Amino acid sequence: MGTVLTVKNINVYYGAIHAIKGISFDVNRGEIVTLIGANGAGKSTTLHTISGLLRSKTGDIEFLEESISHTAAHKIVSKGISHVPEGRRIFQGMTVEENLQMGAFVTKQDRIAHNLEYVYEQFPRLKERTSQIAGTLSGGEQQMLAMGRALMSDPELLMLDEPSMGLAPILVDQIFEIIENLNKAGTTILLVEQNAQMALSVADRAYVIETGRISLSGTGEELAKSDEVRKAYLGG
Amino acid sequence: MADRILNLKSIGSRGLKNAVKGNEYRREASISYGILIIGYILLSLGAATGLIGHNLQGQFVPICVYVSLAVSLNLVVGISGELSLGHAGFMAVGAFSGIVMERMLLAHMSFEPAVMILSMLFGACMAAIAGFIIGIPILGLRGDYLAIVTLAFGEIIRNFMNVLYFGLDENGHLKFAFNHTIEGIENSQRIITGAIGATGTKTISTFNWGLLLCIFTVFVVLNMKNSKQGRAIMAIRDNRIAAESIGLDVRKYKLMAFVVSAALAGMAGCLFGLNYSTLVPLKFNFNTSVLILVFVVLGGVGNIWGCIIAATVLTILPEAFRQFADYRMLTYAIVLILVMICTYNPTIKARVTAIWNRINPFKKKGGDKPKKKKTGKEAA
Repeated sequence: MGTVLTVKNINVYYGAIHAIKGISFDVNRGEIVTLIGANGAGKSTTLHTISGLLRSKTGDIEFLEESISHTAAHKIVSKGISHVPEGRRIFQGMTVEENLQMGAFVTKQDRIAHNLEYVYEQFPRLKERTSQIAGTLSGGEQQMLAMGRALMSDPELLMLDEPSMGLAPILVDQIFEIIENLNKAGTTILLVEQNAQMALSVADRAYVIETGRISLSGTGEELAKSDEVRKAYLGG
Repeated sequence: MADRILNLKSIGSRGLKNAVKGNEYRREASISYGILIIGYILLSLGAATGLIGHNLQGQFVPICVYVSLAVSLNLVVGISGELSLGHAGFMAVGAFSGIVMERMLLAHMSFEPAVMILSMLFGACMAAIAGFIIGIPILGLRGDYLAIVTLAFGEIIRNFMNVLYFGLDENGHLKFAFNHTIEGIENSQRIITGAIGATGTKTISTFNWGLLLCIFTVFVVLNMKNSKQGRAIMAIRDNRIAAESIGLDVRKYKLMAFVVSAALAGMAGCLFGLNYSTLVPLKFNFNTSVLILVFVVLGGVGNIWGCIIAATVLTILPEAFRQFADYRMLTYAIVLILVMICTYNPTIKARVTAIWNRINPFKKKGGDKPKKKKTGKEAA
């Protein structure tokens, strides 16, 4: 086992707004850890801070026992953290395969063919559409492509931001099945979700974020049963 | 499956370059080089047979200069997706540093091709340094800051040249001063005299150098566009957040495009400067920057051969219709607005495309034919 990611007491500001107020948590190797919470609670901000797109004023982020809180965003990817941003940010004008190739920008050359094969194995739907222009894919397929692209860089830790956003329930099920498969295949996953029920059902451990603070934590099961979480996020 | 894997092996750091250089690259390259060479032959023939008058022959070097300026600006505007309004500034840096270099070199050697190449390289270096200094603080930001800063840069350079004095003393050493003439230097040894500009430049630019410059510019821009770096630059343009999330250094790649573009503009500026015995700084004003941008927009943002044609046509036309010179900037404004409307209004765009399909002589066989018949029936 061992800890992959440790977030220690980070504070993030958007100008004068104190968005993250001292969040600490950790992710162990092989786990699915989820951050749940309402809109604007600071979930995505936390992911952005880990991937270096935002900076924490205080505190520290350690990845594989190395501080990354001052590492540039593009270097964090090659260290092994892959971030799938919210809203399926794919390169609309490129084909599916070109999108995946872009994901391998920092990958060692001898790993690329292997990674691509792995992505196609996990997402057979993408394999059927290799030369299709990415912008013409359906929402679910675009989400798969964004995840596949993130996997091309051989990540130790995969961070998913709202993978279920805007998808039909059947597709949400599919996406979560894929998340579990990826996890079984050895990728550690940090998942940010509004769909608390789905997130808690796959998560080993979970943290509830409220207005920039962690208000609850526990295993996925514990939280799914907890009264507070049920009232606030699971609809009674 | 086997061929898929084989194909994939070519994706990696160096391989990506080869994978990207597909048919599209070959097509674009052959059209671009083709236009340059055919244009060169046509203009040379026209000049040799006397069909092209003296006035227009004087425009041959400027045409080449504007073609390479348009192509280099397309690297920033089309491929990197940033708006630069100070391309004339880089042109000015290249022109005046190239002129100073030429005069210094000519004092020591008389082999003109070497002087030309060294001056151009020097002009390119100075413009690249200017581009680097401007780009470093700006290109990490989001938004239109580059447009604002390059606009200011163009004006600053022009005003700076207005107060700059360069000259050679009796020993052939370079002397310079701000805001006042340098004492004790004869008129003939003055290189740059403030607002009067560069005087006494030996004009060594020729049409052949112009063609070489155009080919070099197109070569650099096309290869950059179709390299691994080029794909990264375009990925950042298309979706910055996605590009950051796959580990691209946004500032590095934007800076790369911007500095290369500035260096090429400096080279073109040098060729321009060495084409006139006197050159005033006023030439490099905001209108010139806009003019180059017009070439790019009219030729097609990101389209290399399109802006070669646009730059050529828009340099020849004002010369051919000199009597309407007063309306030149007005026409550019109208043309720009029309192009924008035709490109971004879906209804008008569809109409224009339909008309184009009907008159396009290079139409692809097959797919388009039934469509044409249908529209023909409707019209009937």
